[in-house]
Formats: sequence, structure tokens, C-alpha cells
Amino acid sequence: MLTRRIIPCLDVSGGKVIRGVKFSADRVVGDPVELAAEYNRQGADELVFYDITASAEGRGLIMEVLERAAGEVFIPLTVGGGVKSADDVKALLRAGADKVSVNTQAVLDPAIIADGADRFGSQCIVLSMDVRWNGERGYYEVVTHGGRRPTGMDALEWARRGVELGAGEIVVNSIDADGTRAGYELTLTRLIAEAVPVPVVASGGANAPDDMYRVLTEGRADAALAASMFHYGDFTVDQAKRYLADRGVPMRQRARVPA
Amino acid sequence: MEPEPPGGRGVIGLDEEATLVVVDYGAGNLRSVQRAIGAAGEQALVTSDRRDVERASALVLPGVGSANDAMKRLRALDLVEPLRAYAASGRPFLGVCVGLQLLFDWSDEGGGVDCLGIVPGTVRRFEADLAAGRKVPHMGWNSVHVTRPDPFVEGIADHSYFYFVHSYYAVPTNPADILGETQFGLPFAAMVARENVVATQFHPEKSADLGLRLYRNFAVRARGTATV
Repeated sequence: MLTRRIIPCLDVSGGKVIRGVKFSADRVVGDPVELAAEYNRQGADELVFYDITASAEGRGLIMEVLERAAGEVFIPLTVGGGVKSADDVKALLRAGADKVSVNTQAVLDPAIIADGADRFGSQCIVLSMDVRWNGERGYYEVVTHGGRRPTGMDALEWARRGVELGAGEIVVNSIDADGTRAGYELTLTRLIAEAVPVPVVASGGANAPDDMYRVLTEGRADAALAASMFHYGDFTVDQAKRYLADRGVPMRQRARVPA
Repeated sequence: MEPEPPGGRGVIGLDEEATLVVVDYGAGNLRSVQRAIGAAGEQALVTSDRRDVERASALVLPGVGSANDAMKRLRALDLVEPLRAYAASGRPFLGVCVGLQLLFDWSDEGGGVDCLGIVPGTVRRFEADLAAGRKVPHMGWNSVHVTRPDPFVEGIADHSYFYFVHSYYAVPTNPADILGETQFGLPFAAMVARENVVATQFHPEKSADLGLRLYRNFAVRARGTATV
């Protein structure tokens, strides 16, 4: 049976892992490749590296991180953050990424999705969207630039359009929930997961394995992504997966190879 | 799919006499396959030269993307006949993902394409079924039922999990060619084995320790064959 996936996310800046709360107050938490190897040992199903490096000179460091990680960690690796063109996608795939996620640039120029999917295959193009509830007009609105800029675009329509253009997976990141550790945005996740024919990854707000349980059942997500919950050592990936498996969510058991 | 430029020849590891060949026709997972073989403690020659295919004592055919593109590139590199001849010679052959699909007679992908015809059967597309929660591509970790013992799956427990990403699946004409079966709305061939040819629809190079074990099993078996 196809399992649900648990995906630790490593926010990388200048080659170091950091984690922001509501995109501010960054705290350095460690070496990305060491953390990646540790999460692999704990049974992570995939890993996401999200490059939040602001300076142009720091950006090349994500390539080194990927190359080192790909030589040590043999599970799928996704990278995102600051991807501006299909040539960027190509460079990241060459460095060792299996999938590349596009976010702000896809809003500015949706052709990057089609171009990337045509050149490298839908399976490696992930559309990641930051979404905030627009209380004034009563809809889920796509926002960009780390949550600072509203777009007027409806999240569900954007998800459908992304799939038409060739995205092979959708990451739904709730800005309202991100970094608050108050649980995933279940209504938003379910709305999109039930509407698109590709896998949906829930992101933003994970605090405990029960949040994952809720987003993978009520929220209908195919995968749950988390950062702080794992980085600060509150829960291991293994603990989260055992919690979920005990409650009937299909999970990959940690691999053990007989000598 | 955009081809990586074939890189000519390059030996991974130390042994200049390495005869485990990884076919470089620009497949997107070539480097991952290379790295995994290295991490499994084995050496390989990455090549797009048909003479290396002719001389190989074991061969890996990787693949990501569409079967049409892959066949187009294999034809352009003049590798189709050498691969068929290699398979017919009885030497160990491993196909991975699209490399499994290429072994069959025909794939429905992109309006249909003739493939290598090494294993009888065809390749079809999964139908998405949102009501049943079935999304395409089939992406993620799924369990594989090992249908019979084989040196390739030594040390692999029945129903172990492997990482899949694909929208098409193979239907072997002869059910006895199925070595592993996986459920995704319907049972499909996750592993195929016929005489000297073995193949996985999943990605061993992305399936953590168990995947590396498969590469090691293949290489060990290949060495055994070579010394006979």
C-alpha cells in the first residue's frame, strides 16, 4: 500500500540550517548534511532543502549542500527557494536534487512550470504556494515574497492551473499557521488535496505528531512537511511515524538490512 | 525531457578493469544511480559508447521521464541493437524505472513507442481516481511483494518499502516474469526477472539502505557470473 510521507524541511541560509518563526527571528540550528543524514536514519521519507539565502554570493552554497547530501543520503531530495528559471532547475537537478519547487517565480511567470516540466519531466517540478486567509474578502489567497505580498489569486484555482501547466506535486504552505506550531491549516489543505489529481504536501504549523495525524486524515494530505517540530528535538521522525502507524495511517517502517 | 549531454566514459572507483557498465543516454537519474553504486561499495563504468556495452560483464540501464524520449536517445546513440544483443548474450542486465519499461515490446506513452522487446509485454498508463484517492504519478513509498526467491532480492524481506515515481506500468505477457508485485488500485509489476534480466519500477537509488542492498546484490551476482 502506498504510504503517507513524513518530510523534514531544512531551511538553509548561507549553507547553514536555520528556522524562522513567521519568517523572522531566525535561529541557526545546524549543518544541513549532518541533519539530513540524521533524519534519514530516523526514517524520513524525503527531505526538503529550502534556500532562504538573501545574498547573491551565498546562493551557490546550496549546490554544495545538495552535492554533499546526495552522496550520503539515498532518499528523494527536493530543493526550493529563489528558483528563477528552468536553467536554475537544471543546475539544481544536476547538483543532486530529485525535485525542484517553484513558488514566487511561478506566480510572476507561470511558464517556468511548463518549461521545467517539458524539459525535465513533471515528476521533478513541485509547485509550492504560500497561502493566507483573506478575511476581508473571504477566500484563501496566494501570497509571495515570503508572505509579504498578496497576489489576489485564489489558492485552489492556482493549484489547478499549476497541475495543468505540468506540476507533479503541490506544496500548500499556510502562512497563518507557519512557524506558530499551532497545527496545520486543515480546511485549506483538504480543499486543495480533494481537487487536484497530483499529490499534495501540507506545510506550516506542525507542533506534534497529532497535527500530522489530523492533516493526513481530515486534511487528506498525501504528505506532511515539518521543520521546528523535528529540529528542536521535541519529536524524532521515527516517533512521529510510529504514532501515525499506531493510528492506522500507512507508514513506511524504518528499513533494516540484515548483514 | 532534456537530455544531459552523454559524458563519454568515466570510471567510478579505483578499478580500471571495472566491467559493470551504467548506460549514459542522458537519463535524469544517471548521477544518482552512479552515487548509489559507489555507496554500495561497487565500481562502475559510465558510458555511452556501444563498444563498452558490447564488452560489459554487467549492465545497468537507468531512466527517468518518458519512454519515447529515452528510445529516441538510445537510437540516436546507436545503442538499441547493442542493448538487445547484450541481453541475448546472457550477461546480467538491470533496468531501473523507465529502464524497466524500455525492456518491453511497446509503451503507450506519448502516443505509443516501440521499445527494446527484451521481455514480452506492454507498458500502460495508470488512471487517476480522485474518489478512490488514487493520484498519478504514483509517487512515494510502497510495499513490494516478492513473488519468488532470487539472488537479486537476497536480504530483502517480503513487503519491504521502496520509492516509486511513475505514471506508467509494465504488463508482462508471461506472469512468471514478475519478481515483485505492488498494489496501486491494481497489482502491477514492481520487479521483473527473466533469465539474465532483472528490473525495478521503483528507484533503488532513492530507497535508502534496501535500495543500496539491491545494487550490491546485482553487482555480486554479476561477479559470480563473470567468473563462471
